[in-house]
Amino acid sequence: MTVTHTFFWRKLHSLSGILPLGIFLMVHLFINSMATLGIEDFNRGVALLHSIPYLWFLELVVIFIPIIYHALYGVWLVYLTKNNTLNYRYFRNWLFYLQRVTAIITLLFVIWHVAVLRFSEGFINSNLDFEFVRTALNEPVILILYLFGMLASFGHFANGLWSFLVSWGVTVGEQAQRTAAYACFAVFIILTAVGINALLAFI
Amino acid sequence: MSKDVKFVIKRRANPQSAPYIEEFLIPYFPKMNVVAALMEIQKNPVNTKGERTTPVAWDCNCLEEVCGACTMVINGQARQACSALVDQLTQPIYLAPLTKFPLVQDLVVDRKVMFDNLRKVKAWIEIDGTHDMGPGPRVSPKVQEQAYALSKCMTCGCCMEACPNVNSKSKFIGPAPIAQVDLMNSHPTGALQRERRLEALMNEGGIADCGNAQNCIKACPKEIPLTRSIARLNRATTFFGIKGWLNK
Repeated sequence: MTVTHTFFWRKLHSLSGILPLGIFLMVHLFINSMATLGIEDFNRGVALLHSIPYLWFLELVVIFIPIIYHALYGVWLVYLTKNNTLNYRYFRNWLFYLQRVTAIITLLFVIWHVAVLRFSEGFINSNLDFEFVRTALNEPVILILYLFGMLASFGHFANGLWSFLVSWGVTVGEQAQRTAAYACFAVFIILTAVGINALLAFI
Repeated sequence: MSKDVKFVIKRRANPQSAPYIEEFLIPYFPKMNVVAALMEIQKNPVNTKGERTTPVAWDCNCLEEVCGACTMVINGQARQACSALVDQLTQPIYLAPLTKFPLVQDLVVDRKVMFDNLRKVKAWIEIDGTHDMGPGPRVSPKVQEQAYALSKCMTCGCCMEACPNVNSKSKFIGPAPIAQVDLMNSHPTGALQRERRLEALMNEGGIADCGNAQNCIKACPKEIPLTRSIARLNRATTFFGIKGWLNK
């Protein structure tokens, strides 16, 4: 078989956004939502996460390597596109464009988020708890940046899920693709509601 | 009372020279289309400033939207000049050459890449032999119907122009040849080369470069279900790829 590597890497890019990154996004949000239960519960959740065995290995293989691959290859794909939403004002074309816009926003957001919360506070200072997050999120600028970052990443994931279903040949017909679009929109709404609720728990 | 129709045309004497805009006023006549207007310019190439200029070059052939030769960007979107009726267009009418193909002159481009792509994906059915091979297998009416829709492709390039992933930076072959693989693979005789076509689609610039903007299905003047063909072949190449890897 004389298949070049592009096909494999493209498919892997599509898959990595769902598995493991999409799954991780949802687990992450779920753990954050422990803040809605109370301060103690959130701190317990954070402590539990930090006490997982083989944590560094899991983080490396399930989060960091996929995210770096997805981001680097994704930036290349953003570069390869010549958007034309002004001449072809179709709904899908706008979503295609927004997928690239949210990609860049999410990338910047995640770099900032991981640099601050995982590395400097989680690793080096290890003073990551409810109080720390509360102080940060009560800065209006940080709250707004988080809101934007969250919306961008949820939108990117939901639309990426729709696109994954087409790219892997799961949804083929127009009706199936339309139904999948409604389902993915529901995913976006649910994630947004849960995400905002978790943010508000700190305010 | 006669009224004039204004045309704003993006022109270029040759691929090396700089593009420029030239405007023309064409006397309106009932049921005129863009090709007819361009013919008027050819008869009397005088622009709105009253200057005598070179006639605008364009391509056309069938004049009934089946050959694709007169495809150009009309009011921002790619379509055939022959079926672009002035009565249905907002004025002034903007004409520009297709941007995804090498320019020849004015509104003329070289769409050779589309035919190269058909060759790349082996969009033909091998029937020729040195002897009579007898009648081919029967094709069910349902498959015939699907095949007919796909066979209407005239390689006009509208889907290529509309696709954000077809451009000078990317190697993407575009939607049209992918639909032709679907057509050839749906035929029982053509299906004998099915795997070779799937392999071709999995090569560089192949089906995986589709980003699902789905402009192609809206831009296609022949209403070919391009996105369905792409999704169907996404499935076929995915299975073929996994199977190939597991059997290696």
